[in-house]
Amino acid sequence: MGPVGMHHYLALSAILFFLGVFGVLFRRNLIVIFMSIELMLNAANLTFVTFARYTGNMDGHVIAFFVMALAAAEAGIGLAILVMVFRNRATVQADDLVMMRD
Amino acid sequence: MERYLWIIPFAPLLGAIVNGKLAALYARREKGPPEWVVSLVGCAAPILSFLVAAALFVQMRAAPASERLFTQTLYTWIAAGPVQVDFAFMVDALAMVMVLVVTGVGSIIHVYSVGYMHGDRGYARYFAYLNLFMFSMLTLVMAKNLPLLFVGWEGVGLCSYLLIGFWYRDIANAAAGKKAFIVNRVGDFAFLLGMFLIFVTTQRVGHPTLDVPALRALVGEHPQVFGGIATAACLLLFVGATGKSAQIPLYVWLPDAMAGPTPVSALIHAATMVTAGVYMIARMSFLYDLAPAAMAVVATIGAATAIFAASIGFAQRDIKRVLAYSTVSQLGYMFMAVGVGAYGAGIFHLMTHAFFKACLFLGSGSVIHAMSGEQDMFRMGGLAKTMKVTAATFLIASLAIAGVPPLAGFVSKDEILWMTFSTPLQPPWLPYLLWAVAFVAAGMTAFYVFRAVFLTFYGEDRVSAEAKHHLHESPAMMTVPLVLLAAGSVLAGFLGWPAALRGGNWFHNWLAPVFGGHDAGHGGEHALADVVGPVAASAGGHDATVEYALMALSVAIGLAGIFMAYRLYIKNPALPARITARLGRFYRMVFNKYYVDEIYEHTIVRPGYGLSDKVMFRFVDMGIIEGIVNGLGITARLVGATVRLFQSGVIRTYAFFLLLGFVLIVWRMVR
Repeated sequence: MGPVGMHHYLALSAILFFLGVFGVLFRRNLIVIFMSIELMLNAANLTFVTFARYTGNMDGHVIAFFVMALAAAEAGIGLAILVMVFRNRATVQADDLVMMRD
Repeated sequence: MERYLWIIPFAPLLGAIVNGKLAALYARREKGPPEWVVSLVGCAAPILSFLVAAALFVQMRAAPASERLFTQTLYTWIAAGPVQVDFAFMVDALAMVMVLVVTGVGSIIHVYSVGYMHGDRGYARYFAYLNLFMFSMLTLVMAKNLPLLFVGWEGVGLCSYLLIGFWYRDIANAAAGKKAFIVNRVGDFAFLLGMFLIFVTTQRVGHPTLDVPALRALVGEHPQVFGGIATAACLLLFVGATGKSAQIPLYVWLPDAMAGPTPVSALIHAATMVTAGVYMIARMSFLYDLAPAAMAVVATIGAATAIFAASIGFAQRDIKRVLAYSTVSQLGYMFMAVGVGAYGAGIFHLMTHAFFKACLFLGSGSVIHAMSGEQDMFRMGGLAKTMKVTAATFLIASLAIAGVPPLAGFVSKDEILWMTFSTPLQPPWLPYLLWAVAFVAAGMTAFYVFRAVFLTFYGEDRVSAEAKHHLHESPAMMTVPLVLLAAGSVLAGFLGWPAALRGGNWFHNWLAPVFGGHDAGHGGEHALADVVGPVAASAGGHDATVEYALMALSVAIGLAGIFMAYRLYIKNPALPARITARLGRFYRMVFNKYYVDEIYEHTIVRPGYGLSDKVMFRFVDMGIIEGIVNGLGITARLVGATVRLFQSGVIRTYAFFLLLGFVLIVWRMVR
């Protein structure tokens, strides 16, 4: 095992991202799906920062901050929707929310 | 004066607009607009037209024969490349006669209508239609070009339809109006085709036009080219005329048209509109002269219609229907006249007929009015005692139509008979055959008209007690027009008093310039002569003895017809029933109008209906057109139903497709 390099960061980022993807695909609880989305966003952040670090370009850092702000906003709105869904339907299970189909 | 030409048609149009507006304003109210306002507007319009026309006539008479032409262009109606069609009027000697007849007789009938239609809920609507008719008819007569003539032609057809179905709450009246309209449509289609053919031919000689004077000049310049199409064009135009002027085979609508108010029958279906076909042929005489075959057809159809309709008139019970068949028969005479090239005689009979037939119709209207709507002559009789003026005028007009000298009908009918007899045609026996047919028809005319006179006004009283109760002579508003028309029936003949009886035949000379000096009486340099062979010595010096003999014969058969009617319906009223019983089947055939309506029903109407229903409606419309429309809808629904399967509502499925799409895109980009 050599020193920790760019590939390691990128590999970690990919693993995190696919953990998020599988979380979205296979979990039923909306809150968990939500957390999985956060995980994907953070994986993307890690990729940006990695490239910024290894190419000496500050753009990646800037975008990472943007993504964090976006994630915060998204979490705010998403959780608010969740609260409303729970109040109306008394459930946060994704499989129960299929009104659009019928 | 020439610039006031437009007043003649537009005064009635204004009247129609005013009365139409009034009728619409009062449509939802209990009562119609005040009758005196409607009558004032409705009658003033045609009378104004008549006065202008009379003033024009005075001016025209003062002018030398070659300058007797008024024209006025209002605006350019159609401008398409080299073709220009104007909204333009033209009044020459021929149109002048028509304008005077239409506005003169028209005004009288308008005044009569004031009395006849009194108290009718549709009073304003009636006068609006009647004025609109006057506008259309005058446009037809005064049109300078064929498209404008066609506008008038259709306009009078429309007004005829509206007025036949005037009392539209009775379904039979509405059906009669529809029948008139549809039968006329058949003729109009042929008329249009004829017009197109003429237009295409003018294009071929490099001068596309439909102006009547220009056409006339053009036909004169290129007789060869126009001679080639003249027969087809003239026959097509004539088919149009058979529709409008109720000739075989399209006459069936006219008897049914009697469903309209009686003054309408007098104005439209006797005096003016139905003569439009005769006028049109006279107007296009320069073309007809090139087509002797078409002329022969016109004359033959005319003669056939004259005798055919007269025979149906024998067996009718309805007084108006007798007159209707009589009109068809008399129109046949007019067509026979123009068919042998005696345009002047045809127009002359048109004019005298307008007087005596309008008088007969208005007289019958007066009777129907007095009898509270009864039209069956077998429930009348002896009315002369109570209705003196009506009976007297009816009698005068009947004598005129029967051809008793010196009344108008004698002069004009005799001129037609003589012209038919003396004009050489191809084949050579044709004039004699036509004459014989018309001669017999003249006797029949006298018989059936006097049958109507005797059944209605004389003989035993068959009036029901109820009708008798309010039997009365009509008001002056109705009898004065009757007297005027009766006077016309007496005097109009003297305008064309034949030369053989030491008359000047003023009417003939008046019209002669319009027909290029060609009217059998003068004969000569005409194109007809080239085709038919030299016109025999009919010019001026014809054998007066023959003419006297024929005249005496036609008077004799007229009197014989009257005498027959007298024998059968006054002297021996039981005889007709015995005769009809003896004839049995034949009588029933005539009584049922030779089953022509039934034949048309089975050969044309039913198959036409079947075609519309089975082919056009069920196959074309419901099958093809609705198939396309519904097919589009069904396709959209099927596509939707398929795509709908993807919308499961399960978020994970969506996310999966999202990922799938993402992977596919990335895969394509990386590869």
